Amino acid sequence: MEPLSWTGSLAGLNLFLLLALGIMAVAIAAQIVVGIVGTAGGRAVNADGTLSSDEGLSGFLGMIVKYAFFAVVAIGLAYVIGGILLGTGAGIIGGMARQFLPVWVALILTFAVSLAFKRKLGLYGKLFDSTVGMIGFGLVMFWVFTGFFGGLLGLIITHDTLSQFSGMKNALPGMPLSGASETDFQWFLLGGDNLARDVFSRLIVGSWIVVLIAPLATLFAFMVGITLGLPAGYYGGKLDTFLSFLANLILAFPVILLFYLLVTPEIVLTGIPNYMAAVLFIFPVIFFTVLLNARYYTQPSVRTPLLIVVIGALFWAYLSLISNDGAIVANDSYVIPGLPTMLDWIPMPPEILVVFVSVVFVNSPTVFRIVRGLALDIKTRDYVAAAQTRGEGPWYIMLWEILPNARGPLIVDFCLRIGYTTILLGTLGFFGLGLESESPDWGTTINAGRRLLSIYPHAAIAPAVSLLTLVLGLNLLADGLREESLRD
Amino acid sequence: MGLFILRRLGVMLLTALCLTFIVFWLTNLYPNLEKLAKTQGNFRMSDEAVTSYLTNRGYLEPMPLKFGQWLGVVPGYVNEGSDGKIIARCFSGDTPVEERSRYCGILQGDWGFSTVFKDDVGSLVATRLALTGKLMFFVMLLMVPTALLIGVLAGMREGSKLDRSLSTASILTTATPEYVSGVIFIAVFASSAFGLKWFKGSATSAMESANFENFFLPVLTISLYGMGYIARMTRASMTEVMTAQYIRTARLKGVKFSDIVMKHALRNALIAPFTVIMLQIPWLLNGVVIVETLFNYKGFGWLLVQAASNNDIELLLAVSVVSVVVVLVTQLISDIGYVYLNPRIRIS
Repeated sequence: MEPLSWTGSLAGLNLFLLLALGIMAVAIAAQIVVGIVGTAGGRAVNADGTLSSDEGLSGFLGMIVKYAFFAVVAIGLAYVIGGILLGTGAGIIGGMARQFLPVWVALILTFAVSLAFKRKLGLYGKLFDSTVGMIGFGLVMFWVFTGFFGGLLGLIITHDTLSQFSGMKNALPGMPLSGASETDFQWFLLGGDNLARDVFSRLIVGSWIVVLIAPLATLFAFMVGITLGLPAGYYGGKLDTFLSFLANLILAFPVILLFYLLVTPEIVLTGIPNYMAAVLFIFPVIFFTVLLNARYYTQPSVRTPLLIVVIGALFWAYLSLISNDGAIVANDSYVIPGLPTMLDWIPMPPEILVVFVSVVFVNSPTVFRIVRGLALDIKTRDYVAAAQTRGEGPWYIMLWEILPNARGPLIVDFCLRIGYTTILLGTLGFFGLGLESESPDWGTTINAGRRLLSIYPHAAIAPAVSLLTLVLGLNLLADGLREESLRD
Repeated sequence: MGLFILRRLGVMLLTALCLTFIVFWLTNLYPNLEKLAKTQGNFRMSDEAVTSYLTNRGYLEPMPLKFGQWLGVVPGYVNEGSDGKIIARCFSGDTPVEERSRYCGILQGDWGFSTVFKDDVGSLVATRLALTGKLMFFVMLLMVPTALLIGVLAGMREGSKLDRSLSTASILTTATPEYVSGVIFIAVFASSAFGLKWFKGSATSAMESANFENFFLPVLTISLYGMGYIARMTRASMTEVMTAQYIRTARLKGVKFSDIVMKHALRNALIAPFTVIMLQIPWLLNGVVIVETLFNYKGFGWLLVQAASNNDIELLLAVSVVSVVVVLVTQLISDIGYVYLNPRIRIS
């Protein structure tokens, strides 16, 4: 079989794509130059005293950019739709487009539903008013769906991620699988890595690791940061000095040094990550307990059953998270027993736990500083004074008055921070820390691929570009959210 | 002001002490020591041999005592080995008795001995730091002016096409971590797959003689990631200044737009980015570690990776002292500089 080319039978479109891209680039450059010079179009005074002006040169250029952009999008869509119809007949891109079919369907459904009900969806709906926000959301959801369908359900992947195929070592993108049987997928779409595994499938499965760990770790970091940052900002004084000192202490560490100190097999042996997990993961339990107690403590008949259920569930989840094989810490010299295996519903492999804990640990001081700053600012507002006069408790004020009013900047920072956490996870993988070397996550794959970078770059470029698009999507999403939340 | 700096210096000292103690504690945990003994001695050492190796070299003394020895406030250990030779922290067995010193720690200027490189830590760190200094100098030279220019150009007319394009470009660079941009640059500009081969994919030769071909890619890779952030901060500060009353007054007076930007707005708009640039320096350290590993440039970041992956305790401590001092000093400079540059804070 012939190796696949990138676009296959749709190669005729390439010329048009290049043309459209070229026109767009030239027009944008011209637009910028015109923008600096700053010409206005001709103006004319109408008989009724109103002014009208033509669009001028900048308007004309704007039109060209707009149509060139539409052309690029249309050709891109043509590749995807052609790919879905023709499969590998439309080359590598076509083959990938067909593999991604569930993702396209899910994306279209998400966008259709969101756009139809956007006025009823609050801040999330407003996101669909900004182009930048929509592009960002699209990119993020693409990877979320890819991770879900490919990594969890095993739909998109073409080959097993760990099996090695003879003759496919460092295969270039589009190589036919040698010795493939009838049922196998016939090509390595993005080539093979230096252990003759399929790059495309590993990329898809790796996205699930990133998409799962990064938001969760960020969420935990936010819980820690909020639970400590609110009292630090609200009370001030000695508590603030102490907590800020601790936060600055962690922030003064170079991140990579901290990773090297925490994520080595020797440190894992001592059980330090498990102790850190036990401390860091208790914060969500504390947060929700205080949150509900502050709200409902005046109605004991509601409060008590509610708290029993919530604390029970959260504590169970907490114990499941930190215990592994029936023990919280297990090393040669001693064992701290945890939840028995049959009640342990969250499987947390030790190496994932270490990575998770270190990422939460690195992120929480920054969140703490942000929350503290917001609390310092908001506690001077009138509604806080009003709540104090009403005789509300300090935790009620912090969690039900200050926190909801700090949500705008916090949501924006949450998006940005997921991106940053993704970068940190990649950094860990890049240095070969934490996850095993055959793990398909993007950082580890980049690390494995960089040794042969100057000869076979495709194995490292694929995860690098994926990571770039995901983080870019999160940044654009944050930008869109910031714009929209500032508007009201 | 004097009191403020004094207090900050005190906090700095305390932070540095705490941090080095944490590093000291983590590197001196028993599994780490066992690994150290086995890599230094041999891998098939029995448990007893490991213990005697560690005891003889003072590794099993109580943690505060060891930390004191490293600091130089507690006399260094003197032990007699199993073969009757004296093993001491501060001198070797053949040093004459009258020249033997009791204290040797960083207070005495002795940074210890690297177990990986078999060399004096002080000189090792100094040479590597000089190489990284060269890298950082060029990074700053490329990053700061470009970022400020982008930020000012984008911020002077908020919402214009120029602003949109430049802002998108800065978002793109902040979303590209060094290991992604580095990989892409090497693949595109230095690999045989794309056939461009404009630059070299390794910066090892740049340690002796840096030239455009072997040094530009690492410098560009580090600068890009920080550039977007500084540019966005500059843009935010510039747009804020451009809406100020005195700028409007100047426009109403009929001052030329270029004069408004250059003479009225620029100086005020550069106060905030100054702080950001100073605070970016510690972040650059991360980039330095990644880029030096990727491009095989044997500087400070490379040293950190070597020390950390081999648990070279004294080298790792020296490396962390240096990086912590860099972080804290840049914070101090940014605080003082901010107060100095901004008269409103200075007077109140």
